[in-house]
Amino acid sequence: MTESMAAQPHSHHYHVPQPSLYPFILSGGMFTLALGFILKMNGFAPGPWVMLGGVGIILYVLFGWFGKVIGESQAGAYRDWEDKSFRYGMVWFIASEVAFFAAFFGALFYVRTISVPELGNMVSAHGTTLWPDFTGAWPSAGPKGAQFTPMGAWGIPALNTALLLSSGVTVTWAHWALLKNKRTQLNLGLAATVLLGATFLGFQAYEYYHAYHELGLTLGAGAYGATFYMLTGFHGFHVTLGAIMLTVILGRTLKGHFTPERHFAFEGVAWYWHFVDVVWLLLFVLVYWL
Amino acid sequence: DYKWNFPEPVTPIARDTLHIHNEFMLIITALFLVVFAIMIYSMVKHRKSLGHQPAKFTGPTGRIQWFWAFVPFAILLFIDFVLMGIPAVHAIIDMEDTKNKADMVLKVTGMQWKWQYEYPEAGVKFISTLSTPREQIENKAAKGEHYLLEVDNPVVLPVGKKVRVLLTSTDVIHTWWVPQFGVKRDAIPGFLRETWVKIEKPGIYRGQCAELCGKDHGYMPVEVHAVPEPEYLAWLDKKKSEQAAAAGGADRAWSKDELLAKGKEVYEKQCAVCHQPEGQGLPPAFPALKGSKIVNGPLLSPAGKIIADSHVDRVMNGKAGTAMQAFKNTLSDVELASVITFERNALGNSKGDMIQPAQIKSLR
Amino acid sequence: MSVATTTVPGHAGEHHGEHHPAGILRWLTTTNHKDIGTMYLTFALTMFFVGGAMILAVRAELWQPGLQLMKPEFFNQLIGIHALVMIFAALMPAATGFANWQIPLMIGAPDMALPRVNNWGFWLLPPAAILLTLPFTLALFGIGDGALATGWTFYAPLSVQGGLGVDFAIFAVHILGVSSILGSINIIVTIFNMRAPGMTMMKLPLFAWGWLITAFLLIATIPVLAGAVTMLLTDRHFGTHFFDAAGGGDPILFQHLFWFFGHPEVYILLLPVWGLMPHVLATFSRKPIYGYKAQVYGFIGIGVLSVIVWAHHFFTVGMPVPALIYFMFSTMAISLPLAVLFFCWIATMWKGAMSFETPMLFATGFIVLFGIAGLTGLVLADVAADAQYHHSYFVVAHFHYALFAGGIMGVMTGVYYWLPKWTGHMYDEKLGKWHFWLTVVSFNLTFIPQFFLGLAGMPRRIPDYALQFTEFNMISTVAAFILGLSQLLFAYNIWKCVKGGPKASDKVWEGAEGLEWQLPSPPPYHSWETQPVVK
Ligand code: HEA
Ligand code: HEA
Ligand code: CUA
Ligand SMILES: [Cu+2]
Repeated sequence: MTESMAAQPHSHHYHVPQPSLYPFILSGGMFTLALGFILKMNGFAPGPWVMLGGVGIILYVLFGWFGKVIGESQAGAYRDWEDKSFRYGMVWFIASEVAFFAAFFGALFYVRTISVPELGNMVSAHGTTLWPDFTGAWPSAGPKGAQFTPMGAWGIPALNTALLLSSGVTVTWAHWALLKNKRTQLNLGLAATVLLGATFLGFQAYEYYHAYHELGLTLGAGAYGATFYMLTGFHGFHVTLGAIMLTVILGRTLKGHFTPERHFAFEGVAWYWHFVDVVWLLLFVLVYWL
Repeated sequence: DYKWNFPEPVTPIARDTLHIHNEFMLIITALFLVVFAIMIYSMVKHRKSLGHQPAKFTGPTGRIQWFWAFVPFAILLFIDFVLMGIPAVHAIIDMEDTKNKADMVLKVTGMQWKWQYEYPEAGVKFISTLSTPREQIENKAAKGEHYLLEVDNPVVLPVGKKVRVLLTSTDVIHTWWVPQFGVKRDAIPGFLRETWVKIEKPGIYRGQCAELCGKDHGYMPVEVHAVPEPEYLAWLDKKKSEQAAAAGGADRAWSKDELLAKGKEVYEKQCAVCHQPEGQGLPPAFPALKGSKIVNGPLLSPAGKIIADSHVDRVMNGKAGTAMQAFKNTLSDVELASVITFERNALGNSKGDMIQPAQIKSLR
Repeated sequence: MSVATTTVPGHAGEHHGEHHPAGILRWLTTTNHKDIGTMYLTFALTMFFVGGAMILAVRAELWQPGLQLMKPEFFNQLIGIHALVMIFAALMPAATGFANWQIPLMIGAPDMALPRVNNWGFWLLPPAAILLTLPFTLALFGIGDGALATGWTFYAPLSVQGGLGVDFAIFAVHILGVSSILGSINIIVTIFNMRAPGMTMMKLPLFAWGWLITAFLLIATIPVLAGAVTMLLTDRHFGTHFFDAAGGGDPILFQHLFWFFGHPEVYILLLPVWGLMPHVLATFSRKPIYGYKAQVYGFIGIGVLSVIVWAHHFFTVGMPVPALIYFMFSTMAISLPLAVLFFCWIATMWKGAMSFETPMLFATGFIVLFGIAGLTGLVLADVAADAQYHHSYFVVAHFHYALFAGGIMGVMTGVYYWLPKWTGHMYDEKLGKWHFWLTVVSFNLTFIPQFFLGLAGMPRRIPDYALQFTEFNMISTVAAFILGLSQLLFAYNIWKCVKGGPKASDKVWEGAEGLEWQLPSPPPYHSWETQPVVK
């Protein structure tokens, strides 16, 4: 990276936060949630309750921890140096998310170009082929998969693309407003973004319903169903998280938080939202369209 | 002798592999000795206790030093991509050349924890399982010479013929490996993979499953008998007639005692590893058959059809996602009928009913 | 690198004092990089013994043919959990412990950039370790069917078939993954944002460079592992068919995803060690590091190559010939940047004034034994020969040379090197030397026989074996127990050093260079509150 980055001595001490019990409790909450999920999946009755406990603990920490950081931030504990740490941190966090989605895109690539064609075109000698009737054309639920209709690109998915792209525009519009300290435009932009995100999710929920009930396209519909739902599902989950975070930011702007100079939380969430946007474009092209 | 290197190769591939391996071992030993001779020389000479004064250099300076710094890498590049790379590429191409001029096909199906061998041209098919007695494994009897490397039905192959080996599996991944053939290839459920062997010398060759495949992964050996072609053909004829006799058995009515006797035999070979000799199972992974609800449930529907999740359904079609496989793919009608009858009337169960091989045939 | 400080280091941060809760709360709540480093290292050492105890049980079973101590199901659990514990709960946390302690000291930073996240990263480890070992421990008491029995590689469909233990392992991996990502983000940000004024990237200590590349690799590959085990989870419980041919999936897809993580993982484990080696070698040769830039580029080269070679772990699945050849050559290419490192290490020693205190002994032992690992790795990359080596004990021997002699002995080098700085006391040198020699001799006696076992055809992951393998297995088992017991000396030596011992000077070692040696031993709770200036 750049040679000049740390060239100047800093004018103040780096803010090392006070000891805190939140991280420890959060770990406990994640443990509880995982344990509950394992129990639930394996049919143990207390599972859902344990999960609920885990979620409760995690929510408690999220409120407490973020609340504390917001308080510190409002009190001016974080200046340029710390701000930079947050920014780098967010960038590399998003990078790890990219890698996570890459795994599922990789799986999609693999089943489409390697496993399904191979199953449809298997070597055979003296009648030893394994799936004689399977042709291996995509979309496919595999040699023994159920019948289903694949999801077209130009209905809801295209509409959703438009929605998410506009929401990318509206956050940027809000960001400009923040930089120029136009608070009304800021609030409006954020509210519009949240609304667009929520509409997106509503459409996606409808699309899933339609797929399950009319197209026979389920999570169990072979390679297509698995990659379709895992990719769009994890994306939808990220949209949900992003929308929640945007709502929190909106709450904060309404309370008058953030200045044109210092608004890392806003930007971090906006980056996250753009990332979700880009993933959607890939999804639209690779899952729905091609 | 075999202890320090690969066992004696008996196929062209194995000979190639041994060659390459020996050459590589020499190369890396030489590299190792040269590199660490230099290091140890330095460790001996450049010691503080000998009063050696430390130099100050931090990298090569001047052309000559740069040249000497690059020489090792040039050598290494040559070693990697030429000295080692070229023979390796030749060997790979040879190894993957399964289809050219193959004289015959052997299909190998891995399953927990046995191998099925099929000669598609001849229509011969059988299962090969470990024959080492349990007592030897549990240290209750002295271990035989071929402990863990012996099977009940060895696969027989002719020498001097190129055998194309097709591999697949019914449950999890297994790997078919005979060290003296230089061949190791995975058997993957739902896919066909292939390799080839051309055995040059008659003999008995032993190997093992090489991919962790569950509980008895260590107990799924491969035993190949390589014999001259006439002997091979004679063996094949014998297998064919045995198989015809067994298939014929499916059309006649069997007495209950006959079924029980045969069923016990099948049970001990096919089922006892998991469900245990007394039917007590190894819960929770391997349920008990003794007193089992499924075994003691109804046999067939009033219309003579399979009831979902019934005893017959389980044995014939298996249970997805578990080690319980679909035995209709591997057992004959007689074997299925007898083992089902046996399980219902032994191992502490006494349903009293029975099923005929002919019924199984019609249920397939 | 020339380093000059304009401010008096040390107790500069007196005004902050050592404000922290006392007792256990100090550790639960801490945001201090040294406290967190200490927790990581303690956790790692503990888990090293847990993982070691597991494999000693395995070695005892392998003492002779036949089943003596355990059922095969249990054996399969032991080897997989041994590996996961050693890799994820011993070696990786040890490296992160080093990073926490040393990176701020070495780059002149007041702390890690994100201290509370740092604490969270650590406290995720104990829950993950519990998830990993809980089903196993319960099974010891006859409850449930135990931990995952698939080896550490989780191969589908065996893992789809497996019991509850697989689910536990999946979530353990998820939590460990979150922890690694948090740790990596923190290290990257610290290195980019917290360096002392004047410390350019090309003056960054090599240890930090090694960790920087490690952190990038973690961020790129851990999420892929998370994705893979998530697919496994949905195949197990939610009806997907990622790894099932009947639905158009493929078991080999799992292997691609696993090894896309798994291969870089081996460099994740060793890059921090490769980073620390030159510091130790330079210190005890009393000579500057040779080829600093070459080593930096070497690290980068290794990082890049590591993510494009993964399929050499499953050459036997039956791949198209071009794929085999590509993966073979790309794998072999990694020997080039590694040869750069070996060359620089040896050139750093060359014409120095060496002395052989315990850290230097471990460093030189590391170089020789890791050389064996690397060179045997080179032959494993050869597809044709790999058909014989694959899934045999030859591979087991290869990777223990890399993981134990490379990883664990590398960590031991670091511990002996920095312990006096951390505790302010010298460890017992005589005990350290005993530890070294016992370790090296018994390690080789444990694993050299395994090379020959592999060549002779002994498959890995079997609880019982044919008679011709008996002698070598006996040697290996005896030596493994000596190796295990020798590690008690290590633990004892650390304990003794923490409790007391001769006072260590600030610089500790005559030839030591770098910012950390300008601080007192032990350094104050908050060091570098005012950053030094590097010229
Ligand atoms: C820290 C761990 C580590 C490291 C560093 C390595 C390093 C390497 N490994 Fe290893 N490996 C493992 C851990 C590691 N490995 C593990 C855990 C497994 C098994 C996993 C499992 O299945 O459970 C494995 C398995 C494994 C396989 C699969 C074997 C099989 O299952 O069939 C292969 C195949 O290519 C391989 C290759 C290599 C190579 C080429 C390197 C290279 O990086 C090595 C490069 C180094 C050198 C080449 C030495 C340096 C050079 C010199 C000393 C010479 C200098 C010469 C001059 C200057 C002229 N490894
Ligand atoms: C960092 C990684 C690491 C480390 C350090 C080790 C350390 C050791 N390993 Fe391990 N091993 C792996 C990683 C590692 N291993 C991996 C990845 C596998 C593959 C697994 C798979 O197939 O999936 C494997 C598999 C493996 C096998 C093959 C099993 C099989 O295929 O069937 C064997 C066999 O000998 C073995 C042996 C050893 C030994 C003897 C040590 C010794 O170095 C251990 C030294 C011993 C101790 C440190 C014990 C000290 C304990 C005491 C003295 C008792 C006191 C106890 C307490 C206080 C609790 N290991
Ligand atoms: Cu079959 Cu291992
Ligand atoms: Cu690798």
